Amino acid sequence: MLEIRGLAASIGDKLILRGIDLNVPDGEVHAIMGPNGSGKSTLGYVLSGRDDFTVTGGSVLYNGLDLLDMAPEARAAAGVFLAFQAPIELPGVNNANFLRTALNAIRRAHGESELDAVQFLKLARAETKRLAMPDDMLKRNVNVGFSGGEKKRNEVLQMALLRPSLAILDETDSGLDIDALKIVADGVNALRSPTFSALVITHHQRLLDHLVPNRVHVLAGGRIIRSGGPELARELEKSGYAGVLAEAA
Amino acid sequence: MSTTTEALDTINSGYKWGFETDIEMDLAPKGLNEDIIRLISARKEEPEWMLEGRLKAFSQWQKMAEPVWARVDHPPIDYQDLHYYAAPKKKPGPKSLDEVDPELLKMYEKLGIPLKERAILAGVEADPDERPQIAVDAVFDSVSVATTFRESLAKVGVIFCPISEAVRDHPDLVRQYLGTVVPVADNYFSALNAAVFTDGSFCYIPKGVRCPMELSTYFRINARNTGQFERTLIIAEAGAHVSYLEGCTAPQRDENQLHAAVVELIAMDDATIKYSTVQNWYPGDENGRGGIYNFVTKRGACRGARSKISWTQVETGSAITWKYPSCVLIGEDSVGEFYSVAVTTHHQQADTGTKMIHIGKGSRSTIVSKGISAGKSNNTYRGLVRMLPSATGARNHTQCDSLLIGDQCGAHTVPYIESRNPSAKVEHEATTSKIDEEKLFYCRQRGLSEEDAVNLIVNGFCKEVLKELPMEFAVEAQKLLAVSLEGSVG
Repeated sequence: MLEIRGLAASIGDKLILRGIDLNVPDGEVHAIMGPNGSGKSTLGYVLSGRDDFTVTGGSVLYNGLDLLDMAPEARAAAGVFLAFQAPIELPGVNNANFLRTALNAIRRAHGESELDAVQFLKLARAETKRLAMPDDMLKRNVNVGFSGGEKKRNEVLQMALLRPSLAILDETDSGLDIDALKIVADGVNALRSPTFSALVITHHQRLLDHLVPNRVHVLAGGRIIRSGGPELARELEKSGYAGVLAEAA
Repeated sequence: MSTTTEALDTINSGYKWGFETDIEMDLAPKGLNEDIIRLISARKEEPEWMLEGRLKAFSQWQKMAEPVWARVDHPPIDYQDLHYYAAPKKKPGPKSLDEVDPELLKMYEKLGIPLKERAILAGVEADPDERPQIAVDAVFDSVSVATTFRESLAKVGVIFCPISEAVRDHPDLVRQYLGTVVPVADNYFSALNAAVFTDGSFCYIPKGVRCPMELSTYFRINARNTGQFERTLIIAEAGAHVSYLEGCTAPQRDENQLHAAVVELIAMDDATIKYSTVQNWYPGDENGRGGIYNFVTKRGACRGARSKISWTQVETGSAITWKYPSCVLIGEDSVGEFYSVAVTTHHQQADTGTKMIHIGKGSRSTIVSKGISAGKSNNTYRGLVRMLPSATGARNHTQCDSLLIGDQCGAHTVPYIESRNPSAKVEHEATTSKIDEEKLFYCRQRGLSEEDAVNLIVNGFCKEVLKELPMEFAVEAQKLLAVSLEGSVG
C-alpha cells in the first residue's frame, strides 16, 4: 500500500522530516506516536500534498504510484484521505453540499456517475446514523460553530463517505470523550479490509484499545526511532517517551 | 452592410462579452455643449420642458466638480473627448421586433438576452412552458432598440417602455416624478446625467397591481469613445409590486469608457420594488488597461407607509465602480434593503455601498455587503445609516464581510452612522476573511480542484446575497463569479 523511503521535508529553511522509512502493507493499521514537534503532522501533510512543505529527499510509493508527484486532489482521488487535526471552517458552505461536491469529484476521477442531491442525501443519512451523528450535521456549514468533538466526527463522516484506501488520522482522538472516541474507532474499523490501510497519529493508548494496530512507530526528531507491535504503545503509555528517546540517542 | 466582428482575444481574457458589433451608427460629434444637448433632445423628439430641464442641468453641472472622497484613482476624464449620442442608424421609437436590425438581434442572442417574447436568459434548463416570462427593454448605446411584452403588460395597466418614449407619451407622470428622488444637483454625475441622458427604462405599476412578470433592462455599450448615460424611473403606486432586473456588458477596449446612470425608484403605501442588478461592464485587462468607469446614482424613496425597496447587486465588472444604491425611508414602517456582492480582480477599483436614510417612524433597513478582492484590486464598502429625529423606533442591521484572495489586494470598510433619535437602533457587524492555503488545501484534500474550491468558498460567502436574486439571475451570477475569479488563486 504505502512505501516511504528516506523521506525528508522542510518548511522554510527548517528541516522537519529527516529520513523516514516506513512500510504499511495492505490491510494494516499503523499507529504513529511521538513527542510534540517530532514531525507527525508534517508526515500527514507531506503524504497528502500540502505545498507549504518542501520535499528535500526520498520517495513515496502508494499502490505503485509516485505519490509525491501528484496534486493533492489527485492523491485524494487515488484514495488518500487526511483527517485534519484542526479541521478547517468554511463559512456559508453547507456540509452536505461540500461532501457531495467532494464525493462527486472523486467519483468523476474514477469514471463513476455523479450522485444527485437525493441519492447523496440517502447515502449521507445512512452514514450519519451509523456514526450516531445528528442529521443537522449535514445542514450546517462546514465545521462552522462545531464543537471540537463535532469537528472530529465530521472528519470521520467525510472519511466514511469518501471511502479512502489510505486514511491518515492526525490526532483525531484528541479532545474526545470516551463515547466519541469509540465512534472514531468504529469509523476506522468499519473501513477495515484487505484494500484499506491507515496511519493513525495519536498520543493515547485509549484509541488503540478500540483500534488495535498492526504496528506502532515512534517518531522523534523527524525520524522513526523505534517500531514494534501493539505492546509498544502500552509501554509508552506506562513509561513515557524518555526511555525510548534515551535508547535512540 | 454591417458585419459582426469578434475579438478573438476575448477567449484568453475571460471576458466573453467583449465582442464588438459593427453597425452603422448615428453619432453626435464629440464634445459637450448646449448644441449637443439640443441635438440629443431633438433626436429624442422631446417636448420643450425636457430640453429646458436639460439645459438647466448642464449649467448646474458646469458649476460643479468631480467628487474626490471615494477610494478610487483615475486620470482626469476629458468630458469634451466623448460622444454623447450614438444610435444604430434606423429610426428609433416604437417598432415591432421584426423591424429591429438583424445584426442587433444576433448580438442580443449572443449575449443570451431574449428579445423574442418566449425565451428567458440562456443557460437555464427548464420546460419551455414552465419558464417564467421576462419583459426586456434593450438599450444599445444611447437608444432603446426593443422592448418586449409591452402589450401583455399594458393589459394590466403596467407601463414599461423606453424613458425617451415616456417623455413623449406620458409627460405628466414623468414630470411629476423625474428628478424628485435624485435631484439634478445631487452630485456631479447626476447633474451630468440630467443634462445628457439618452435612454433607459420607465416603469409604472398602477395601484394594487402585482406586475405579472419580471421587468428587465439590458444595457450594452458598443460605440467607441461614447458615454452611456441611462436614466431609469420606476413608480409603484399604492399596493403595487414589481421585480426589476438589469444587466450590462460592453466590448473589450483599451480606452476607458464612461457610464453615468441615474436610477430613481418611488414606492407608495404598501408598494414593493425589488431591483436586481448584475453589473458586468468590461473591467479592463490584467494590467488595468481599458474598462468602464461606472459612476452611478441609484436611489429609492419609500414614500408610503409599509412600502419596501430592496436593492440586490452583483458587481463584477467596470474598471471603477462608484455606486451607492440607497433608500430614503419616509413612510412609517417602510423597509429598505441592500444586498451586495462586489468582486474586484486585477486592477479594478470598487467604492460601493449604500445609504439608508430613516425618516419614518418604525422604518427598518438591512444591509448585507460582501466584498471579494483578488489580484491588485481595491474594494471599499462605504455606507451611511442616518436616523433622523422623526425616526422613532427605527432599526438598522448592517453586515459587512470582506473576502481576500491573495496578498496584493485591499478591502476597506467605511461605515458612517448618525443617529439623532435615541430610540433608534443601529447594528454594524464586519468580518474579514481570506481564501488562504489552509482552506484551499482542505478542499483539495477532499478531491476538489482548486477552481472548484474557490467557487465553493466564494458562493458560500455570497450565499445570503445570491439567494435574494430571482432564480435565473442567481444562476447567471454564480457563473459570472466563477468566470471573474478564474485564475485569481495561485
